[in-house]
Amino acid sequence: MISTKQHIDKELIPILEKVSDPEIPVLSIMDMGVVRSAKLIKGVVEVSITPTYTGCPAMDVIGDDITQALKEHGYEAKVKLILAPAWTTDWITERGRKALQEYGIAPPLNPDADKEALLGEKRIVKCTNCGSTNTKLVSQFGSTACKALFKCDDCQEPFDYFKCLK
Amino acid sequence: MKTNLYNYILELGDNCLIAGQRLGELCGHGPSLETDIACTNISLDLFGQTRSYFQYAADVKGDNATEDSIAFLRYEQQYKNVLLVEQPNRDFAYTVARQYLFDVFHLLLLEKLQFSQDMTLSAIAKKSIKEVSYHVRFSGDWIKRLGDGTDESHEKMQAAINDLWTYTNELFEVTEAAKSLIDDGIAIDAATLKESYYEKVSALLEEATLTIPESKYFQKGGKSGVHTEHLGYLLADMQYMQRAYPNMTW
Ligand SMILES: [Zn+2]
Repeated sequence: MISTKQHIDKELIPILEKVSDPEIPVLSIMDMGVVRSAKLIKGVVEVSITPTYTGCPAMDVIGDDITQALKEHGYEAKVKLILAPAWTTDWITERGRKALQEYGIAPPLNPDADKEALLGEKRIVKCTNCGSTNTKLVSQFGSTACKALFKCDDCQEPFDYFKCLK
Repeated sequence: MKTNLYNYILELGDNCLIAGQRLGELCGHGPSLETDIACTNISLDLFGQTRSYFQYAADVKGDNATEDSIAFLRYEQQYKNVLLVEQPNRDFAYTVARQYLFDVFHLLLLEKLQFSQDMTLSAIAKKSIKEVSYHVRFSGDWIKRLGDGTDESHEKMQAAINDLWTYTNELFEVTEAAKSLIDDGIAIDAATLKESYYEKVSALLEEATLTIPESKYFQKGGKSGVHTEHLGYLLADMQYMQRAYPNMTW
């Protein structure tokens, strides 16, 4: 059984919280849930990160940014990419969801609601501009693999929706 | 080296690589902005999956192999992808039909592969299932929209399905490499996916008011490196940089 729990040394948390997702700069990689473990072992910090999507081009950058951030605090780091357990949008923290919303990306709904929204069956995704749920799907695929494109029929603004991945 | 395992990983990875490369050709050339972005997003997912497979293959191979050397420095006959995924983008109906016929198979395969006794393959499969569920939804939707659309879109979609149908049977061929790994629960017996594949595809084609082809003649060869003329051109394009400037990096 592969644990879905995070194992992160306490003193490393503030450092890792300062590393942001290169594509969504308001979001820390910790709030994104991509850091699965970070442990100081014999003077080297071993960090395991997991991709949101396998093709996520941000992962290489995130790895470099982590190494750099730890280096600035005097740590040598080894970053490893792991695939199991697979990332899920459930790992985005409450603070992360708020940051997404404020940045203009509607946070993921639960799986059933997500399906209804993406199939265009129900208008339930909240517009990040005016808060209306009178919104419609424009495209299941948006500016990056993790997002879908929506449009608000009240304020007419287009916005991104972070697709549920479970 | 575990040759059978290596070959089996390539079989899985090459399908993703070549399908992804074909879709990537639509970057900036899609029929509309949304479909352009969708196709390239799916392409990116498939490249991500390819990287996972090839990183593993490089580990298994040793000998300084890397994901890049596996992707860019093999010859045509060394690619093990099915003929279906290398077929060119003739028009958008053809592109989504090819993608759909692959996506359905891909999802069925991954649903089994997630229980593989090989932990790396199992992890890649579990991760990929989430992405491929979106792919099949996208391509399936377009089959319905074009099939059950205008006379012209219907005709084009039917022509695409008729043409590509001949490549579907190869998906279920079991290679020597796979055969040697099935008993240990590492590889999936692709033949066991055949029935549910044709059931699923037929149901959707019917919904899309399309006729299910009754062809009895099927093409094969890709899995053993005997490809259609199209793969060579694709590889020439894809490998150009590494061949022209060996070992170049970004
Ligand atoms: Zn609005």
